[in-house]
Amino acid sequence: MIEAVDVFNAFQDHRGDAIVTTTGRAGRHWKNISTNPNRDVALGGAMGHTASATFGLAVGLPDEKVVLFDAEGSLLMNLGVLATISGKKPKNFYHILLDNESYATTGGQPVPNAEEINYAGMAREAGYASTHEFNDLEDFVTNIGSILDETGPVFVSVKIFAEVENAPIALRVREPARSRDETIRDLRAELGISE
Amino acid sequence: MTQEQAQILRPETLIEEFKKNGVTHIITIPDSETNYLYELMVNEPSLDIIPVSREGESMSTALGLNIAGKVPVCLIQNTGMLESGDSIRGMALNAGFPLVMVVGYRGWTRHGVTPDTAATYTEPFLHAFGINYYLVEQDEDGDRISAAFAEARETRRPVVVLVGDEYHGFNR
Repeated sequence: MIEAVDVFNAFQDHRGDAIVTTTGRAGRHWKNISTNPNRDVALGGAMGHTASATFGLAVGLPDEKVVLFDAEGSLLMNLGVLATISGKKPKNFYHILLDNESYATTGGQPVPNAEEINYAGMAREAGYASTHEFNDLEDFVTNIGSILDETGPVFVSVKIFAEVENAPIALRVREPARSRDETIRDLRAELGISE
Repeated sequence: MTQEQAQILRPETLIEEFKKNGVTHIITIPDSETNYLYELMVNEPSLDIIPVSREGESMSTALGLNIAGKVPVCLIQNTGMLESGDSIRGMALNAGFPLVMVVGYRGWTRHGVTPDTAATYTEPFLHAFGINYYLVEQDEDGDRISAAFAEARETRRPVVVLVGDEYHGFNR
């Protein structure tokens, strides 16, 4: 198991100009680590669909590297997206799954078959160009740079520690963050895309 | 043109409307009634076809494409639209971008009586979500498709084109 914040710090060293999206509890670390927020875009808003929206972005911007930090609970809600992505084969799409084996935002209940399921195996058999699995930080740090140079679609499954949030939603303290609309506006401005 | 021909909605009409409105991507799950339309789209160089695994993916994929400056259309069946409620809510309505969804109206009949509950719930579903729609049955309705695009652009909301032409034309 790896701390999610360490995964993001290791990725940051190799990010370059990649466009980055995140979902799930662990994804909240990224905004405190990213040094290029204009290329960070929030694409949540419907259960399991951040992956589909990020895939659409990658197809629409074939000259940009697009990296998604997904969560296994989210992926399970939209598992067919593995076939969709594999079918279209976006060469610029990097799908990094942070697998904490649980629904961390709802109290840490396990996802179905949490300990035995093999997401990288699913992605491999669906047809991703390459897949990788990590359960050790040093191994991840050593390899993430070269993985980001591979031709997509690439799938990377990383086992992380769960950071369980168990307070009622109304009592949770939220750090200030840009809205989805604001991140979209900023990304378009960064890329020179008019509405 | 014979009376029979005039009543057919030709798939070429949809392609022409897509081109007229600058459509770049068709996000779709092919269904048994639209084989010929699918073949036409695949062979149309101005369109990039994105097959998805479940209809709910189509709205979120469309959002990503819209952010990239593209003009996507979702082409699905009404059964798939019913499945897509949370995606329509969170990725289309809440996102506030122009999106035309072309929806095959399975079970539709002109006389209004159908044993198919897919048709029974189609228009009440759209009413519940506050989504406007245009019914297209034959070629002379083609301008309604451009009206849907214009409304989507003006309101920055999803607008549906219901294709009530299930059993001829697209699958000739």
